[in-house]
Amino acid sequence: MTDPKGQRPAISRRDLLRAAGAAGAAALIPDTVGAVTPDAMGVVTPDAMGVVTEEAPPAGPPPSNTGEERVGRPLSSGRPLIAGPLTNLTARETEVLGAMVDRLIPTDELGPGALDAGVLRFIDRALSESESDAAEAYRSGLAALDAYSQYTRGGPFVDLSTIDQDSVLIDVQTGAATGAGAGFVGSSGSFFNLVKDHTWQGMFGDPQYGGNVDFAGWDLIDYPGVRLAVSPEDQKNLEANQLQPVRRSAYDLGLFE
Amino acid sequence: MPTQLRETDVVIVGMGAAGGVAAYPLAEAGLNVVGLEAGTWLDQRDFAPDEIRNNYRDWPMLVNKAELERPTSRATSATEAVRVDSHPMMNAVGGTSLHYWAQSWRLNPWDFGVVTETARRYGASMIPAGSTVEDWPFGYDELEPYYDRVEREVGISGQAGNVRGDIDSRGNRFEGLRQREFPMPPLRWTAFHERMADAARSLGWNPFPGPAAVSSVAYDNRPGCGYHGFCNKGGCPINAKNATHITTIPKAIDTGNLKVVTRAHVTTIEVGSDGRVSGVNYVVGSNEYFQPARVVLIASYTYENVRLLLLSKSRAYPDGLSNNHGQVGRHYFSHHQGSAVGALFPYDLKAWYGLPAQGVAVDDWADDNFDHTDLDFIGGGNLWVMSDRRPISAASMGTYGRGRDWGSAWKRFIRENSDRSHSSYIQKTTLPYEDNYLDLDPLAKDPLGFPVIRITGRYMDNETAIAGFMQDRMEEWYREAGAVEINRGGTGGAMGASTHAYGGTRMGDDAETNVVDRWGFSHEVPNLGVLGASVMGTSGARNPTLTSQALSWRTAEHLAERWRDIAE
Repeated sequence: MTDPKGQRPAISRRDLLRAAGAAGAAALIPDTVGAVTPDAMGVVTPDAMGVVTEEAPPAGPPPSNTGEERVGRPLSSGRPLIAGPLTNLTARETEVLGAMVDRLIPTDELGPGALDAGVLRFIDRALSESESDAAEAYRSGLAALDAYSQYTRGGPFVDLSTIDQDSVLIDVQTGAATGAGAGFVGSSGSFFNLVKDHTWQGMFGDPQYGGNVDFAGWDLIDYPGVRLAVSPEDQKNLEANQLQPVRRSAYDLGLFE
Repeated sequence: MPTQLRETDVVIVGMGAAGGVAAYPLAEAGLNVVGLEAGTWLDQRDFAPDEIRNNYRDWPMLVNKAELERPTSRATSATEAVRVDSHPMMNAVGGTSLHYWAQSWRLNPWDFGVVTETARRYGASMIPAGSTVEDWPFGYDELEPYYDRVEREVGISGQAGNVRGDIDSRGNRFEGLRQREFPMPPLRWTAFHERMADAARSLGWNPFPGPAAVSSVAYDNRPGCGYHGFCNKGGCPINAKNATHITTIPKAIDTGNLKVVTRAHVTTIEVGSDGRVSGVNYVVGSNEYFQPARVVLIASYTYENVRLLLLSKSRAYPDGLSNNHGQVGRHYFSHHQGSAVGALFPYDLKAWYGLPAQGVAVDDWADDNFDHTDLDFIGGGNLWVMSDRRPISAASMGTYGRGRDWGSAWKRFIRENSDRSHSSYIQKTTLPYEDNYLDLDPLAKDPLGFPVIRITGRYMDNETAIAGFMQDRMEEWYREAGAVEINRGGTGGAMGASTHAYGGTRMGDDAETNVVDRWGFSHEVPNLGVLGASVMGTSGARNPTLTSQALSWRTAEHLAERWRDIAE
């Protein structure tokens, strides 16, 4: 089951059609207009869509080996990693990935970084959706990142100084960590690029997918925002630094189911 | 047993950029047409300006047949082919015209006569060794009326440079003679486009706005472009991109003579005892159908056209339909459109809003528009400076050697430079070669058990020489406009799966070296026609879609006019 737009709570006609694709295709007959009504396709419940809520974490020990506890390790931003449960990443994986993306796009004097922008939640949700094929690469890559840190810098990744974390990440990015016995599958650079690509998507993509919280990414690069029509006057104003940015998701335009 | 459907006059396999155009003149002529489309209808509500979905994940496709049939690729026959990661094919009514860049060029006259023109000006020895290039069976003049018709029926914006021999310096002075202006003025330019045009002029070049299947003003009851910035691999939420699902296909349906069948996955073409095609087999889910037809036109993507022919084996055509001369899959090439040049400017380009079909073209170094006497290649490239910036791609820009592409230092870099980089698009003359071809992969299969296409191809010396030459020109242009850093991509390599895939069912008079005749009908199977870039024998230095659409219109018109000869 996938949720192509990662949206909640409404389930669109599109989601229903897509959800019906596998199960319903056999029952279809050739049609002349391509119209398939959701009613014919059965109902998909919100629970099945991998919806993640912002609820407070449950009291007491986590019920399973997932990232459902509040992770208290202080980061460079001094905040907890996440404010709620994750679905795919374990607590340990959440911690290691959190430390990694915090070095990729740190929170600093220029503003919020990847953690503030919700990149962890974005990635966790993506692993339930279109990026589910990447789940194993995260699993093995994060374990290898920790193992490589242990072998070469004498401690798990999250315990290293930021200087050591950066030097480890340079090794991983350049592929130098490949074949060091840490367990990277293929080149360590592939793992780095996977995380980097997803981090950038979560930081700078439409907030509909759970990232770019408070438009942190778009503010960083001064993206003027999603507009359906940009008049010649708008363009001239942009060129004169006088176009006011708009801050909304494409799905807030009300046109897209 | 498949369900036998009632016979139709014409069945078209694929309701995309090519088949979606051909349906209209056929239906208008009163022929009954069935258009089989593997995908479904999509509409403007499906086209949110969403970079994650358009550019990093799947499109809103409800059917993804093409994904399951991704080709394999290898550089040479001595290497192992691997399944490609991505492909440009699109299963939906409108096909790739839904999400393409919509640059809608006519080929230049030279592209139709590369062999003759090269021999005349430089000597036949300048034709690259190993190339199988031929002149087209006709010249630009033959196709001009069809270019003109399609420009109006689909809706193309642009600035003419040669109307009946009157050269207009606002347009492309190198273009072939056109009988009249474009139906719409060109898309607008930004201050950066003006700056690049000024730089080109100061180099002595001739900049002009490119042609686009995007309405610059209201046209055919559809609005003009909103320049929202998500046109690259995105459908248009206001119907300003003139994909066939909102242009020629509805016009054809309105005649009452076109029936579009969606979710129809065509598996094979049937051949009768007389060696003529009798119809096509298709499946919808687990249901099988046979659609009998007097004439079959295949109009899917180049890889699918070739694959469908090779999979349709019969007693009369044991090596695949229309392949008794062994030409199906030959003369394949992917357009050389890589080897980009990137530039970093010391000022903001204000490029957040716009589209890849909007920009500044220079044709001074394309085709044979310049003297090649002292050069080691023929042909050239079209330089294109466009608008194409979205947040994720902007933040993913290279750092031009100015430090790591992550971390706090990178944040400072990207905050300053996210709107200061530009990447050019340079399309180059690409030729067919003996060693580059398509065939069926011996191992990889789709879920139905049918082999997928295998691409064997690499760019040869002529293409890589053009690439290096064009990169030099592009760097000159950027520097003239004030660029402070330049980087360049590589110039060659394996072809791989391409958005511009040509050949495999080449058009030509000689049945020994071509699959279809000058009208687009098979040399071997008289009631089988082929539409799309798979019939094109040269690429020119510009996008193929308008040429493929003009050829489709011409094939359809010919079929309607010669119906008795072809269908009976």
